[in-house]
Amino acid sequence: MQDVRRTYRMGNVIVEALRGLSLTIQPGEYVAIMGPSGCGKSTLLNLLGCLDRPSSGRYLLGGDDVSSMEDDVLSEIRGRRLGFIFQSYNLIQQLNVLENIEVPLFYQGRPEEEARGIATALARRVGLESRLDHRPYELSGGQQQRVAIARALASDPILILADEATGNLDSGSGREIMALFDELNAAGKTLVMVTHDPATGERARRIVRLRDGVVESDLARGPRG
Amino acid sequence: MSIRVIRGPLISSKLRRAVRLGLRSLWLHRLRSLLTVLGIVFGVCSVIAMLAIGEGASYEAQEQIKNLGSQNIILRSVKPPEEQKVSNNQNNYVLDYGLKYTDITRIQATIPGVMAVVPARVMREYVWNVTWRVDAEIVGTVPWYPAMRNHHVATGRFFSETDQASAESVCVLGHQMARTLFPLEVPLGKTVRVGQGYYRVIGVMEAPASMAKESAAGSSGQPAADRMFIPLETARRRYGEILFKRRSGSFEQERVALHEVTVKVDLPERVLPVSQAIQELLLRSHKKKDYDVVVPLELLRRAERTKQIFNIVLGSIAAISLVVGGIGIMNIMLATVTERTREIGVRRALGAKRGDIVTQFLIEAVMLSGAGGAIGVLLGISIPFVVSATAGMKTIVTFWSPMAAFTISALVGVVFGLYPALRAARMDPVEALRHE
Repeated sequence: MQDVRRTYRMGNVIVEALRGLSLTIQPGEYVAIMGPSGCGKSTLLNLLGCLDRPSSGRYLLGGDDVSSMEDDVLSEIRGRRLGFIFQSYNLIQQLNVLENIEVPLFYQGRPEEEARGIATALARRVGLESRLDHRPYELSGGQQQRVAIARALASDPILILADEATGNLDSGSGREIMALFDELNAAGKTLVMVTHDPATGERARRIVRLRDGVVESDLARGPRG
Repeated sequence: MSIRVIRGPLISSKLRRAVRLGLRSLWLHRLRSLLTVLGIVFGVCSVIAMLAIGEGASYEAQEQIKNLGSQNIILRSVKPPEEQKVSNNQNNYVLDYGLKYTDITRIQATIPGVMAVVPARVMREYVWNVTWRVDAEIVGTVPWYPAMRNHHVATGRFFSETDQASAESVCVLGHQMARTLFPLEVPLGKTVRVGQGYYRVIGVMEAPASMAKESAAGSSGQPAADRMFIPLETARRRYGEILFKRRSGSFEQERVALHEVTVKVDLPERVLPVSQAIQELLLRSHKKKDYDVVVPLELLRRAERTKQIFNIVLGSIAAISLVVGGIGIMNIMLATVTERTREIGVRRALGAKRGDIVTQFLIEAVMLSGAGGAIGVLLGISIPFVVSATAGMKTIVTFWSPMAAFTISALVGVVFGLYPALRAARMDPVEALRHE
């Protein structure tokens, strides 16, 4: 990201969420974005996730300038290159576990059998192969988040974005999820997570702190001992 | 619930999935879905049912008229209204009215295009077979009556030229009358008594296609289920020209030469001109309006026009209820979109384009309206059957009316579902994810 600004209007007030933020993330990194509320970390995550466009500045994802792309193209990019994990899981209640995992593949138009195969494998990867036909309301919080993670991995993205992934979980499930994250990163996935919990932030290998829309500090941590 | 949708290879898997998803959404909220489409169900069902009933009624009416003969013109003697008041008079007052033999000769002589003329005299009498009695109309007419009126003999024969010429005392019984007078035996060859006269039965007419047909043929205007045919000459000789009618104590004498005359025109195009010529002729030769001219062809045309108006009214009702149903769909889809704002945001984050969102909700709307249409069609087809079975009316369900109704209801889904679908697609994903 190069000198990215994001300004928007709320009623009569003009809010400058990001004021000239620059950030580079390499493949395979495990980054935590932290900061007090109002610092712009949610806005940053939305921009990183191509859900929003910067008011000025550039955002290059995998070499492509996505800051000025059209909506349809951005949708494609989100589907193929990005994976999202939300605090409240955001699973689709009408679909079962397998179908939820398949959703990104569905929007890419992949044939049913192929999608089914990928989804089943991913479900196994997160340890849910015995619950393929369950609906979200039949699962615990931790299980639902695992489905969300499998879904985020469905199209083999280059970047996984997590927004307070353990926020709604008890410590036990939270630990499970963080362990999964470790696994994913060890396998080579690039992970960017937003959190306000220091303990969670410690799990990452690089902590970017924001304050008032700019980067306050950017510290890499050594390998965990 | 799993539904297997059988579709061809041309439909992409995306579309198939979307359809299945739509069905599942609808099924999940089936009560809500049902209530939403009630407007459409009603509209479609009522249109199909009423069209069927209307078609049946129109068909019956047209058959009736056709049986009178679309190339025929039927002239009837009508008792002029002014004279009806005088019937209480007990004098030997002879009421002379109606069509005359001279009318016939004049018509045949002067009007081109007249192919055949069938005169008839009608008397109302009691007809006896030993102990069975029927209050019947005795129609004196010519041998070519069956051909003209398309009403033929079932058994035996109609009377011939020779019977007519020699004024034979033979008769042909109407279908209903034969059954009433001869419940246990075959009427052919037997004798019936009318007053002092005896007639040998030489034939029995076939049953009419509908009861209404018989009444349309009755010349006195009253439903005459029981009729008996005798040669015109016989009628003339037996009854003379003056008929005595005894009604509640007073005497009436009427001189009517002919009660009914059927004129057959050679070409359909000539029917209206000929009828006009006849009307003019009669107008000139009769002092009062003691006759009536019925042109079945005109009646047919009028029936057609009535049917068209009926269909237009029906169409309007249908259109209104479809609009109402469509508004219901738009309403519920807007609610659904709002309900699933979060889900829309999630789908967009996962790669859904705006078009994908539009498709998803449009399909749901079309399935809603299509389901309503399907239910309406099923009801609309079964109601005419029930009506036919219980009320005995003829109903005709055409092929195209259910098809058209169903297609239109699907279109309603597209039209009224478009706005909610577009609204869903235009949502900002960030806002949507923050919702609720």
